[in-house]
Amino acid sequence: MSALATVQGAHYTFVRRPPETLALMLSGRLDADSLGSLWSSLFRQIDSEGPAHLVVDAAQVDYCDGSGIGLVLELARHQKSMGRSFKIEGLREEYLNLLKLYTVSEVAGTVRASLKPTNTFEEIGRSTLVLWRGTRGVLSFVGELCATLARIILNPRLLRWQDTLVVVEKAGVNSFPIIALVGFLIGLIMSFQSAIAMRMFGAEIFVANFIGISLFRELGPLMTAIILAGRSGAAFAAEIGTMKVNEEIDALNTMGIDPVRFLAVTRVIASVVVTPLLAIFASLFGLIGGAIVYSSLGFPLITFVRQIQFATTYVDLMGGLVKAAAFGLIIAGLGCRHGLMTKSGASAVGDSTTQAVVNILILIVVADGVFSVLYYNLGI
Amino acid sequence: MGGQGQELIRVEGLTSAFGQETVLEDISFNVMHGEVFVILGGSGSGKSTLLKHMIGLLKPQKGRVLINGEDIVAASGESRQRILRKFGVMYQSGALFGSMTLLENVRLPLEEFTQLPAEAMDLIALMKLKLVGLAPFAHHLPAETSGGMQKRAGIARAMVLDPEILFLDEPSAGLDPGTSADLDELILKLAQTLKITFVIVSHELASIFKVADRAVMLDKRSKTIIAEGRPAELRAASTHPLVRQFFNREPSRT
Repeated sequence: MSALATVQGAHYTFVRRPPETLALMLSGRLDADSLGSLWSSLFRQIDSEGPAHLVVDAAQVDYCDGSGIGLVLELARHQKSMGRSFKIEGLREEYLNLLKLYTVSEVAGTVRASLKPTNTFEEIGRSTLVLWRGTRGVLSFVGELCATLARIILNPRLLRWQDTLVVVEKAGVNSFPIIALVGFLIGLIMSFQSAIAMRMFGAEIFVANFIGISLFRELGPLMTAIILAGRSGAAFAAEIGTMKVNEEIDALNTMGIDPVRFLAVTRVIASVVVTPLLAIFASLFGLIGGAIVYSSLGFPLITFVRQIQFATTYVDLMGGLVKAAAFGLIIAGLGCRHGLMTKSGASAVGDSTTQAVVNILILIVVADGVFSVLYYNLGI
Repeated sequence: MGGQGQELIRVEGLTSAFGQETVLEDISFNVMHGEVFVILGGSGSGKSTLLKHMIGLLKPQKGRVLINGEDIVAASGESRQRILRKFGVMYQSGALFGSMTLLENVRLPLEEFTQLPAEAMDLIALMKLKLVGLAPFAHHLPAETSGGMQKRAGIARAMVLDPEILFLDEPSAGLDPGTSADLDELILKLAQTLKITFVIVSHELASIFKVADRAVMLDKRSKTIIAEGRPAELRAASTHPLVRQFFNREPSRT
C-alpha cells in the first residue's frame, strides 16, 4: 500500500513492508505550521492500519523543530500504548540531539486536575461559604473603618488631608459635568412625562411640585449615587485592587502603615463630603430642565419658583442630603473593601471591580428603601 | 531561513526619546544568523528600551530596525504580522496571562497560529514546559508559582512556535544559580540544534561569558554603544573605563 499526502511543505508516504511492518516516510519541513492538518490524518491512517512495527524514515526531512519532534514522540507513545514497536531511522544528527532534549517519559498522559466535576450540593455549599465569608469580611471592614475614623476624630493629624483632597477632586469636581448633564436631562424628561398625565386633569401647574419633591427627596441623591458607583466606586476598587496585586498593600502592612487609614478612610471621607454636594447640583440642574419644559407649557418662570417654594421644605432637601451622604459611605466603603480583598492576577482586579459595582448598586437601593420607611415613620 | 553567518537583524542610526529626554542616540549594530547576541549595560542605560525598539513595541525618533531586511518600524498589517512570527519574546516578569494555567499560556500561540489538533497542542506545549523544568506545574496558575518559574514559563511560551529569533529580557535575573546555569545550557542547545538566534538583555557576567558570541555595551551618560565584540575580548582588551568597571565589577563612582 502506498499513500501520499502533502501539506505546506511536509510530506508523508506509507509503505507496507512484510510481514507486519509499516514504514512512514517523512520528508520536507516538519514545524507547527506544516503539521497542522497533517497530524490528525496521519494518526487516523496509522490507527486503521494498526501496524505491529512502525518504522519512521526521516532521511528526507529538511527541517524539524520542536513540533516535529512532538510528532515523533507522539508516534512512539501511541505505538507503545498499543503494545506495538516503534523505530526511527535516518533523522539527522542535529535533530537527534533535539529528540534527546525532549524525552517522552513525563510528557504524555497528564490530565488537567482542576476540571473535576462538581454536583449541585457542592455548588450550593460553596456559594453559601463564599456569601458567609463575604458578609464577615464586610462586617470586619466596617468595624475597622469605624475604629480608624474614631481615631482620626480624636487626632485629625492622622488623616492624610492631601490625599483626601485629591480624591475630592477626582470623584467630586471631575464628576460634575456628567452629574449636571444627567440631572438636566432627567428633569426635562420627567416634566414632559408628568405633564402628559396631568394635562388630563388640567393640573399641569403641579408639574413643578412633582419635579421639586421627587428631585430633592429621591432622584437627586439616587441618580448621583448610581453615577458615582460606576465612576468612582469602580475606580476605587480597581486602583486598590491593582495595588494589592502589585504587593503595594503588603508593603504598607510591613511598614506598619494601616492600609485602611492610608487608602480607605481618605476615600470614604471624600466620598461622604462630595456625594451630597453633587446631589444638590443634580437636583438644581434637574430643576432647570424642568423649568424649560414648564415654560413651554405656557407658565411664567416665577410660577415655577413659587410652586417649588410652596411644595418643598428644607426637611425634604436635608432628608435627601442625609441619604446622599449614606450613599457616599456605601460607594467608597464597598469600593475600597473589594479592592483590598482582591486576589492575585489581572483578572482578579476585574472581578473585584465588577463585584464592587454590583454590591454598591444593590446596597444603595436597599438603603434607599430603609430610608423611605424611616422617613415615613418619622413623618418627614 | 538564512544560513549561518548572514545578517539577520540590523539596527540603523536608532535614536529614542521619551518626551524631551533622549535615551538612546544614533545606535547602529547588526546581529548575525545563529549567534547569541547580548546587550549589556548598567541600570538605566536603555537596554530594555533598545529591546522594545527591536521587537517593534516602541517607535524610534530616528533610525530603523530591519529583521531579515524588513523594517519592523514601518511595517503594518500582514507584513508586520509576518515579521512578528519570526520571533518570540520573553519579558522581564514573564508577562504570563494570570487567568490561564502555565500550559494554557504556552499553548496560546499554537491555538492562534496553527491548525494542530488539541492533543498535539497540549503535547507540544508540555514538551516546552518540560524543557524549562515546569511539566509538573503545567496546570498551575501563574500566581501559584514563583517568579523564577513564571520567567521560565515565559521562555517556554516565547519558543513554542520555534521562532528564528528569541528575545530574552534579563532571563537569569531572579533565578537561583543552578536554574540560571540550566537556562544557559538550554540557550546554547537551542542555538546549536535549532540555529535559533538569541538577543539577550543581561548583566549577569557568568551567564554572558558562557553563552554570548558577541555583545554590545550601552552607556547611560553618552546614550550610545561604548563597546562591541566578544565578551572575553572586551574584558581582556577594552580600554574604556566603564567597560573595565563593568567586567571587573568595580563600584560605580557616578
